[in-house]
Parts: sequence; structure tokens; C-alpha cells
Amino acid sequence: MNEIKHHLTDALLMGYSAGNLPEAFSLVVATHISMCDECRSRMASFDAVGGELLMDAGTSEMREGSLDAVMAIIAGAAPDPLPSPTRRNFNRTFPEPLQSYVNCDIGDVKWRKIGGGVSQLVLSTSGKATVRLLHIPGGVAVPDHGHRGTELTLVLQGAFSDETDRFNVGDIEVANEDLDHQPVAELGVDCICLAATDAPLKFSGFVPRIAQKFVGI
Amino acid sequence: MDAATVQPAYNGAEFNVLRPIGKNGVTGRKNEGPKTWIEEMRCIQEADSNAFAELYAFFAPRVKAFLMKSGASPDVAEEVAQDVMATVWRKAKLFDPTKASVSTWIFTIARNRRIDLIRKERRPEPEDLFWGPEAEPDQEDTMALQQETAQLGEAMAKLPEKQRVLIEKAYFGDLSHSEIADETGLPLGTIKSRIRLALERLRHNMK
Repeated sequence: MNEIKHHLTDALLMGYSAGNLPEAFSLVVATHISMCDECRSRMASFDAVGGELLMDAGTSEMREGSLDAVMAIIAGAAPDPLPSPTRRNFNRTFPEPLQSYVNCDIGDVKWRKIGGGVSQLVLSTSGKATVRLLHIPGGVAVPDHGHRGTELTLVLQGAFSDETDRFNVGDIEVANEDLDHQPVAELGVDCICLAATDAPLKFSGFVPRIAQKFVGI
Repeated sequence: MDAATVQPAYNGAEFNVLRPIGKNGVTGRKNEGPKTWIEEMRCIQEADSNAFAELYAFFAPRVKAFLMKSGASPDVAEEVAQDVMATVWRKAKLFDPTKASVSTWIFTIARNRRIDLIRKERRPEPEDLFWGPEAEPDQEDTMALQQETAQLGEAMAKLPEKQRVLIEKAYFGDLSHSEIADETGLPLGTIKSRIRLALERLRHNMK
């Protein structure tokens, strides 16, 4: 794997560890962690914070006979089998947990054109944030846009650049209200990103604003 | 009844725990060192129901209190806490003391069950790593992680009140990610580095 330069923020990791991110954001965070050992270890440290809060949360008495009830649940169920993780072919499938949301290999995605050469596949999640796969052919620019909330963009294949920096496979860009940018896919292999937003983007151009009504980004 | 009926933190007089207690950060430490619950987990891995009963007596009321502080009613908190403890039994073999303390591990189960059973949402989890058939967990790694976790608890108890309240709010679900500060002020460096080293070793062994 190449060196990942752009990581998750502490706020996102803490929100993920606390279990309070919208599902769409959790999907992007968990997919990045699957690709990034640095953020995987940071996540473990935020989980430890949760563990310490659990120890310090006080106690609330369990109902009488609750242990027996639990032993009855246990008696009726076999222990979970140990998972047998397999090594993934990075060129063919998406990292888990994304693969189980997309339900097909990278080559078989049913892309829908959203204009300007860019295609998308919206993934189904609950909550108010949305998440989609974006397919941007090499050299193509996504229309210039700003943000009303937070936009997370994780590179899965290829690379893109914008006003701030270059983003390679595994890199995540965390954009908010302060950033107006125009991501451009690098020439070469097409760029595939996983992008989540918790508010509609603000497009600068007239045509993208009209198109926005139809593609829901 | 609501979260206000949750009992204050256990003062560690009976169990031998190293824990920050209350707001002033007084620790309930005894001479024998902190109780880590690792031995009990080892027994539970061998389906020892007596060890489970001990772990249950300690953790189930804490999980219930934690869930109530997160906004669950006492009935729902009871039901989910029971489910969490049953999950602890079923998944016991997945517990690895070189990667998490028992309280950290149980917290992650409680969090996941809360999302699943109370919020009724899906929780995307990172890809499992190929840890491979590992021998006994390394004693030194285990000890070091437990110590670092205990130190984190002490440091959290010493945080300024305002900062601590913000962290609690984040974990009890009262803050959205955009309300969480990017500078948490938490001393997480040592735990992070330890896990990072373990991951590097794993990646090396995978080659």
C-alpha cells in the first residue's frame, strides 16, 4: 500500500468511536480505517476513552434474575465462530465494509452519469447524511463547489488534486464551509472516490446547480 | 426514573480496582495492583460460567448505567445490557488483551448493540485483519496496554471539568461530530503507538 498522507480528524474518530456519526460518515471512516493502520490505532485509543467512561459511568442495578435470563440466552445460542479474514485482491474488490454496501466488484458497478463525464452510485444508508461512489475519468474536473456542512472524500482508485493538495489512494479529504474547491482527477487510471455529505453542496456554476436537482448531490 | 437515578461510580473498596473515582480524581488503588478482569476473560473463553457470573456482577450494572446516561429508558437499558453481556460470552474468544482492556472491549460491544438495537442502524466496521493463528497473548504487551489504559483513565479524571464534560457529552451522544473539537486534549499517544507497533508487526508477519 502507498503512504497515506491525509487522515481522519480527531473529531471524526471520536464521533465514530462514540457511535454517533451518521451511517454514511461511519461508512467512509470505517473504509478509511480498513486502508490506514495509523487511523486504526488512533481509533483503538478513542475506544479506550469509551472504556474508561464506561468504568466511570456509575452503576445501575440489574433486575433480579437478570443473570439467569442471560444464561438462558447463552444456552440457546452457539458461540460465534471465529472470523477467518481473507486477503483481499485490492484491484478487484472494494475494502470492507464498503464491499457489502456496493454488493459487486469494482469492475461491475452500474454507474449513472451525472454530467461532465462524472458518474455516481448512491449507496443506501439511514440518517440525514448521504454517501455515493464517484467515478471521475482521468483529467476530468468535478464542478467547482462549496459546502454547507461536512464533505468526506476518500480515494479508492487513481488520484485527484484540488486547491489544497493532491489526494492519492487511501487519502481522505475533510471539507467544510470554509473550503471552495474544484477537484480534478489525475490523468491515467480513472479516479474512484467514496464521498459523503451531511448537507447539499453549493455549486458555483448555473448548469451544475440545475443538474443538482436531478442527481441529489 | 431517568439517568439521575444512576448510582455514583463504584468506589473500588471491595473489588481491587485502579480507577479514578469521582470528580476529584481520587483513585481506589490497593496494593495488589489493578484488577484487569483478564483472568476472568481467559476462563470465560473456556466456557467457565462462574467467571462469567463475576464479570457480570461487575460490568452489567455499569453497562446499564452507561446506556441510561446515553438516553435509554431503564427497561431498554436493562434489556440491551443483558444482550451486551450475552454477546461478551459469545464473542469471548475474540478478546485479545494486547489490543484492548476488558472495559474497552465491553464498551465497543455496548456501543455496537446500542446502534443496532436502540438506533436500529447499521454500523459499518473496518475490515478484519488477518491476525493469523496466534499463540498466547504476549505477557509484556498485555501488561503494558493495561497500564497505559489505566493511566489514560487517571489523566481523564484530572482533565478540567469543562473539557471532561465535553468528552462525556460526545460519548453519551449529546454532540454531533461537527460539535466535537478537533483538539481533544486527551493523552492518547502511548496507546496509539502501542497498537500501531502491533499492527506493524502483523503486517511484517503477513509478508
